[in-house]
Amino acid sequence: MSDITLDQMLGRGWKKPPFVKRAWLRWTLIIGFIVYLIAAVSTIEVDWGRVYDGLDRGWQFVLAFTSPDFTSRWTDIWEGLLESIVMTVAASVVGILISIPIGLGAARNIAPLPVYVVCRGIVAISRALQEIIVAILLVAIFGFGPLAGFLTLSFATIGFLSKLLAEDIEAMDKVQAEAIKASGARWTQWINYGVQPQVMPRLVGLSMYRIDINFRESAILGLVGAGGIGATLNTAFDRYEYDTAAAILIMIIVIVMALEYLSGIIRARVQ
Amino acid sequence: MPVLEREDARVWRRRTTGESLIRWFGWLLGVAVFVYCWQIISASTTWFFVWDAPRIANDIWTRATPPRWEYITQLGRPIWDTLNIATLGTMIALCLAVPVAFLAARNTTPSALIIRPIALLIIVSTRSINSLIWALLLIAIIGPGVFAGVIAIAIRSIGFCAKLLYEAIEEIDHTQVEAITATGASRWQVMAYGIVPQILPAFAGIAVFRWDINIRESTVLGLVGAGGIGLQLSASLNVLAWPQVSLILIVILAAVVISEWVSAKVRGAII
Repeated sequence: MSDITLDQMLGRGWKKPPFVKRAWLRWTLIIGFIVYLIAAVSTIEVDWGRVYDGLDRGWQFVLAFTSPDFTSRWTDIWEGLLESIVMTVAASVVGILISIPIGLGAARNIAPLPVYVVCRGIVAISRALQEIIVAILLVAIFGFGPLAGFLTLSFATIGFLSKLLAEDIEAMDKVQAEAIKASGARWTQWINYGVQPQVMPRLVGLSMYRIDINFRESAILGLVGAGGIGATLNTAFDRYEYDTAAAILIMIIVIVMALEYLSGIIRARVQ
Repeated sequence: MPVLEREDARVWRRRTTGESLIRWFGWLLGVAVFVYCWQIISASTTWFFVWDAPRIANDIWTRATPPRWEYITQLGRPIWDTLNIATLGTMIALCLAVPVAFLAARNTTPSALIIRPIALLIIVSTRSINSLIWALLLIAIIGPGVFAGVIAIAIRSIGFCAKLLYEAIEEIDHTQVEAITATGASRWQVMAYGIVPQILPAFAGIAVFRWDINIRESTVLGLVGAGGIGLQLSASLNVLAWPQVSLILIVILAAVVISEWVSAKVRGAII
């Protein structure tokens, strides 16, 4: 662009520059995309009659949101919600406590190579497996109940927090840490006074964010028998009790919104 | 500066007595809540199963290895379905997220009092409900199958894409918009030439990022009957065909790793 002078540009028509500059690549992408789209849409079997029949039920569900039924299944909803919250709290505490040493170990500028490899391996495994698959395996091993959900969420928290914490430690200001070391600090003192103050605000923010995610995930773990509100919700759908399902969904949305608002305030205060 | 008078020597302390008492009570409360949560979890756990877990885990491992490799011939179609669910779902979500994002961004919304809160409500409510729950709901409404999965992924992704997109719109360079306005452009021309080119890289990045997440989520949608490889997973789990389960888990893991790699490459090329 810069080698074109103003004189050359004056008096010429102007066209919007394309997003992908190389013409052959642009056309290959466009044509490939259209071919894929045709192939994809043609292989999806949609039973339009069934969809049309379902619209009625869909409308009933939308109506259910205007008159959610909190009362008739209140004990079930309350038990499920309490279990979800309990799992969230316990898993967040344990997950955060374990992810701090692993996060330290996964930072290349702190940990020696063998420790680094092991910790990065744990992070990679935890991030590659989805919560729901881990939950299925843990339910098979530990039996039904919130313990499997608690372990699943803790495991997922470790992968998420350790990775982000390690990245933050790797990006920290080296000068401060070096100054502490120069004053003759032990390794623990070095971590405590040189590294921890730099990453603490971000750690608090990420932990709050993770609590938020854990609650959302705890709402689905019940589908595979790992405890929480998901089992109640599934039953409500299966029995076509849309007003109860709407009540549960509204409570989930409200709690998530409250958590998001709270974590926003806390993050604003520590940063 | 808080100091402690002791035998006419002044000792420096980090916090006043009141402050440290408050902190101490905060920690006490936190520990109490955690212990209470742990008690609830432990009360609804059958500890006999947990003590038996190592044996069960070992048993499952011996059953699951080696994976039944010849089963992969039956997995071609489910993988194709999974890919379609993720891709078509992301595309529908993007089409719906763009108008929502423009309505939610402070600098482009037509009315900050009425329309912006509605757009924000759409973003929050679609974001806080997991795609598995949307799939459950849609299966009750339009019947099981790939189509329900596509719609579930689409609805779930609206909030995510619209949130990131409206933040990108709010951060655009205002002088460019002003320059286009100064040429006498209409509202839509300002949009097309002043705003859209600025958010296009962010848009492409968000699209690929969400596509990557959707591949992950669509692999498990089949557990509730919404098509894809999850259907095979749940069928194999139901008949306890562990060698098939382990093969499916390997395939899912490979799909997740490949999609993450593709998304990282494309985002690296854009940014």
